[in-house]
Amino acid sequence: MIWLGIDTANTPLSVAIVKDGTVLAEVNSSMAVNHSLRAMSTIEELFATVQLQPKEIDAIAVSEGPGSYTGVRIGVTIAKTLAWTLKKPLVGVSSLKTLAANAFYFDGAICPIVDARRNNVYAGLYEYEDGHLNAIKEDGHFAIEDLLDSLKEYERPVLYIGKDVAMHEVAIREKMGENAIIAPFPLQLPRASSLIHMAQQSEREENIHAFTPEYRRIAEAEANWLMQQRKDKASE
Amino acid sequence: MTTDIYILGIETSCDETAASIIKNGHEIVSNIVASQIESQKRFGGVVPEIASRHHVEQITLVIEEALHVAGLEPADLNAVAVTEGPGLVGALLIGINAAKAFAFANGLPIIGVHHIAGHIYANQLMQQMEFPLLALIVSGGHTELVYMKDHGSFELIGETRDDAAGEAYDKVARVLGLPYPGGPQIDKLALASDDAVDFPRAWLEPDSYDFSFSGLKSAVINYKHNIEQKGGTIVPEHVAAGFQKSVIEVLTAKTVRAAKQYDVKQVIAAGGVAANKGLRASLDAAFEQENIPFYVPPISFCTDNAAMIAAAGTPMYMAGVRGDMSMNGRPGMQLTSWNE
Ligand SMILES: [Zn+2]
Repeated sequence: MIWLGIDTANTPLSVAIVKDGTVLAEVNSSMAVNHSLRAMSTIEELFATVQLQPKEIDAIAVSEGPGSYTGVRIGVTIAKTLAWTLKKPLVGVSSLKTLAANAFYFDGAICPIVDARRNNVYAGLYEYEDGHLNAIKEDGHFAIEDLLDSLKEYERPVLYIGKDVAMHEVAIREKMGENAIIAPFPLQLPRASSLIHMAQQSEREENIHAFTPEYRRIAEAEANWLMQQRKDKASE
Repeated sequence: MTTDIYILGIETSCDETAASIIKNGHEIVSNIVASQIESQKRFGGVVPEIASRHHVEQITLVIEEALHVAGLEPADLNAVAVTEGPGLVGALLIGINAAKAFAFANGLPIIGVHHIAGHIYANQLMQQMEFPLLALIVSGGHTELVYMKDHGSFELIGETRDDAAGEAYDKVARVLGLPYPGGPQIDKLALASDDAVDFPRAWLEPDSYDFSFSGLKSAVINYKHNIEQKGGTIVPEHVAAGFQKSVIEVLTAKTVRAAKQYDVKQVIAAGGVAANKGLRASLDAAFEQENIPFYVPPISFCTDNAAMIAAAGTPMYMAGVRGDMSMNGRPGMQLTSWNE
């Protein structure tokens, strides 16, 4: 069984090909380069490296978000187009779960964090149980203060993971004290091999055409429009 | 022996998700367009983030439908042509990345097409283009006069210095309180009107083929303010007719003058505003008088579609123009010749 994994949900890019539980090749980078320049060309290089043809893969895993709207869309568009035209199964995995998967042997709660600007983050809370990574708090978009308040009630050590953790490290340490554990740099980037590992334990998408990113946030214009609708209704 | 050439076109530069297959550069085998207009209406215009979200939902569906209607497999295709720019960058990226993934998976070459070249080549779907020709491109994002001495040779001889014609239509429609999209509404009001307010024409320098519509838009706004300040109300039909008259007169006169100066064999109009009935009638009449063949595609090929991208991509394919897997969206892409 040969898997292709793609993560372009945030600044880092990760692409991997895994065959029968072996990583044949993986490319990871965290340069602020437009994913449209690098994603498909990296996939092309990777196939050349492992000397496989696109049609030889058996399944595709993609990071479905949350994250940068454009970044998530590039990965999802590539993955769903490949899966549809090659007639292969597609599995979407949370970008946050992919990050959390880096902390395989951590005994405790894992909080993957992706910065969402203006003191907001995308975050979730995960825990390993019998080799399975379970969500104990649903992925979402939070004000960093609110997220930390909710984690404080948890009263246990939490591992913070993701390259954007650095931007919020002061706030995390201040609020969580002893219970704050910051993952070291080798674990901070999402890995497409971890993504594939998680995908192998997940359900495949029933309808590839209908597969869309998990934005975890409605578009601003839509939010304003909904607010206006509510106001109009109230004033009727 | 001649073999047929099948090109898959993909277009997502604004709010239409489109895919089409064209045979030999002019024969429409399939042409699928998924419009977002119903969704975007809520916002009174195209919201880029919403447009991109819709494109992701539709992109593989429209490509599949284009293949299905054509009765073709990916292996039957010669290449994939996709709009590389200009347009909304987030929207362009969906079509481009789907095109790259599709081309890579099926071992096909990929060709990046300029959106305006696409609009011009929409005419190729109706009748053979004859050179030299002059193209008037009028849409929500463009007002341009392009001279072509051959396939793939584009010389920009005039363009708008401020608003595009379609943009002016949308803004004036908003002033008149008309629903989005405003262009067709103004056209309808103008055609039904028995009188027209006299608005200025922006001729610019005597020898210029450039356009300017922001002054006209301001004139409409001032006219409305003045009347309302005096406690009166405007007659929307008369305003629409006056505005449309000013736009059409300038577009027609400059296109005719350029066609004569460049001594072209054919004049074509393209772009969403070329669907405007008043403009079509005016250009038709003017070129009939000048005895220069004038063509404008049916309305469905004036608005954004992928057939035009495949049509423009075909001569590029034959000329050996190729893109690669690093193709990026180019929101400000310039129309440059690919045959020189
Ligand atoms: Zn257009």
